[in-house]
Amino acid sequence: MKNVIKSTLAILTVFAVITSCNNSKTSNNKSGALASNVAEKVYVAPGEHDEFYAFISGGYSGNLTVYGLPSGRMFKEIPVFSQFPTSGYGYSEETKPMLNTSHGFIPWGDSHHPDISQTNGEIDGRFIFINENNTPRIAKIDLKTFETTEIIEVPNSAGNHSSSFVTENTEYVVAGTRFSVPIPQRDMPIKDYKGNFKGALSFISVEPEHGHMDIKFQVLMPGFNYDLAHPGRGASHGWFFFSTYNSEEASTLLEVNASQNDKDFIAAVNWKKIEEYVNNGGGTMMPADYAHNVYDEATHSATSTMIKEVLVVNPSEVPGAVYLLPTPKSPHGCDVDPSGEYIIGNGKLSANLTVHSFTKMLDAIKNEKFDGDAYGIPILKFEDVLAGSVEQPGLGPLHTEFDDKGNAYTTFFISSEVVKWKLGTWEVLDRQPTYYSVGHLTIPGGNSRKPQGKYMFAMNKITKDRYLPTGPELEHSAQLYDISGDKMELLLDFPTHGEPHYAAAMRADIIKERSQKIYNLEDNKHPYAAKSDAESRVVRKGNEVHIYMSTIRSHFSPDNIEGVKLGDKVFFHVTNLEQDFDVPHGFAVLGQNTSELLIMPGQTKTSVWEPTKVGVWPFYCTDFCSALHQEMQGYIRVSSANSDTPLKWSLGEDIE
Amino acid sequence: MKTTKTIILVFTLMAFIWSCKNDNKENASTSPTASEQESVSNEKTGQAFIEDDEGKPTVLNIAIGSKDHTTLVAAVQAASLENALVNAGPLMVFAPTNEAFAALPEGTVDNLLKPENKDALANILKYHVTPGNYSKEFLTKFKKLGQANNQYVMVEVVDGEPMIGGAKILASVKAGNGIVHVIDKVLLPPTEE
Repeated sequence: MKNVIKSTLAILTVFAVITSCNNSKTSNNKSGALASNVAEKVYVAPGEHDEFYAFISGGYSGNLTVYGLPSGRMFKEIPVFSQFPTSGYGYSEETKPMLNTSHGFIPWGDSHHPDISQTNGEIDGRFIFINENNTPRIAKIDLKTFETTEIIEVPNSAGNHSSSFVTENTEYVVAGTRFSVPIPQRDMPIKDYKGNFKGALSFISVEPEHGHMDIKFQVLMPGFNYDLAHPGRGASHGWFFFSTYNSEEASTLLEVNASQNDKDFIAAVNWKKIEEYVNNGGGTMMPADYAHNVYDEATHSATSTMIKEVLVVNPSEVPGAVYLLPTPKSPHGCDVDPSGEYIIGNGKLSANLTVHSFTKMLDAIKNEKFDGDAYGIPILKFEDVLAGSVEQPGLGPLHTEFDDKGNAYTTFFISSEVVKWKLGTWEVLDRQPTYYSVGHLTIPGGNSRKPQGKYMFAMNKITKDRYLPTGPELEHSAQLYDISGDKMELLLDFPTHGEPHYAAAMRADIIKERSQKIYNLEDNKHPYAAKSDAESRVVRKGNEVHIYMSTIRSHFSPDNIEGVKLGDKVFFHVTNLEQDFDVPHGFAVLGQNTSELLIMPGQTKTSVWEPTKVGVWPFYCTDFCSALHQEMQGYIRVSSANSDTPLKWSLGEDIE
Repeated sequence: MKTTKTIILVFTLMAFIWSCKNDNKENASTSPTASEQESVSNEKTGQAFIEDDEGKPTVLNIAIGSKDHTTLVAAVQAASLENALVNAGPLMVFAPTNEAFAALPEGTVDNLLKPENKDALANILKYHVTPGNYSKEFLTKFKKLGQANNQYVMVEVVDGEPMIGGAKILASVKAGNGIVHVIDKVLLPPTEE
């Protein structure tokens, strides 16, 4: 009898599968008329440009990648926190200081959340900022060149995760700490975490003209984990919101111990109030040790400066500056809608989305409706600040973005989908699956007052069978959706590089009008530049040999060098004399174990070579620069340490 | 012997599902259409239907492969929750046996399996899922567990064993994306939170 039931069930199940299979086929067949529609929507004809550019974080690659939308084409990988062989970034003498920290030179990083600079709450396309999570740093990339031009280390921080989000006039780029730590760092028992560790929220001012970064102040918060953040905008400009978890202040087995409280908090920080306090002499200057690395486009060189102090603020000393908004179950994403009214807490262990109201928050503050405090910071009542909840939209909410029509789009990791819902009514309007297990999503202009609700792309954590299943390591998959209609429509699959924790996207035309094509040779202030063939030369300083070398299609000057000895440290300072768009030259010498170079027109870059063998060694251009690229070569003669070969060089004639 | 039968059943199922998926793919390559996308979002596509004969079975595979959980599997399918159960998780599924379902008042299961009760069924099933992965012994450390339907289930320790919402853990099977604890009762979500 039992067996019969079993078999029946099995057969029924199989039938169910087959039936559903047939259904899907039917729906395929009836839709042939629209066959070319989707392809046309993502087709960018040869020579045409994409309408939007997306900057997608490279996660554990430490870099930032540039993609076109809607084509999904990858245009560039911008090296930020990791050495990058393609251009020699982090290997060449000029760029090594970019990766300097108070812990020494760090060759790799974990990049997370890019955010584009804004003016009046709209994306201005000048800079993009991105955080390094592991050894806390914030980088600035210039969107006129797609080059990393500045990196500042963040002291007192650890796991720089709720970063690097900009305020609506790029007054600040903000960096919050995931790990709370002893501040100042000291040797103490881990079990004494509670009450002793602190979480630093860093407000890094951005100088308007060049974007230079400077840590204006750090708010030393209770020892929670600060997960993500977003700025207020419009009416809420001047505030910043941080999601927190582990308000339990546990230091071990957080998957259990940080999930004990029914609610954690979103911390609302009135940074304008703290700024005023600091400008009036408030705060305490404490000893610190952090690197500030700046790339100078005139000298084509980076410098690293160690800074020894930082201004810290205890929030309980600034009344009215910080409040805690109870938010269910370890919120991850903390997103603010384009109007600045709604603050969305994506409680990753909650099945509901919590939306707070900025207006109600101000009201509750005004009427002092507090529900106790945490280390002197007032806690507001959940019901008093709640605007509404989206009930059971999916499983495992992570991030929310917005369009320009009052809709929000939230990713759900566990149920692997994007859900579209309406701000104000909180009703679910549409859901589309992602392939698979989506993390972040992006809408161009999403973190601004004016998102462009045409496309949305979802960045997935799991790829599995989307491409050939050759693994174990797979590039992650992303999906592009058309969101211009009532329902989201899947358009395209494209692979992303590293792990895209976040992305920022914007209109491509804003980038195009600011693009820089070459470096002006006349403006080259590199101390070792050779700005013409005539300026090229070789200079010995003790055991250092400095070669002032120039390149132009299709030769190096000099291209014959003698008089180098074993034990010498040879500096190839290579200047690219070209002033034509897109004519870089490369440089490599046999046995070079430091850095190859790729030198842009008008630029000077340096590679150090410490020859280990006597001989005559070739060097050549590694970038196919011209019809006579294969002729672009030279020799350097290395003699024994005690030889008396004179230091000589030439171009076009023999060394006599 | 019984195991062999179960395995055969699972493979048969997989074969059907997989051939179905291939059909979809062929269609996709010849005519990528707007409503093709709708078929992609059809409930029988997604992570649950990926062919993977190398990885450790997921919590869903384990449930499908168990002769004692045919009711649960039928319920999961009726509620279209397959894809949620193959996610990276981690997921801890409390899997009531067929006997546990049979112990419910007569007609309860049949009623829940009706299409119009899909949401109610999904809510009950999600009350059996915790985002987490804890062994039976470890569960004694908890007072309550936050379930996927947004409600809590209480944990009590009786004679050194964790009782989950009054249900006893009969067996535990480790999965690729979490763990399945076989329980002797169906957990019914509290009507008021």
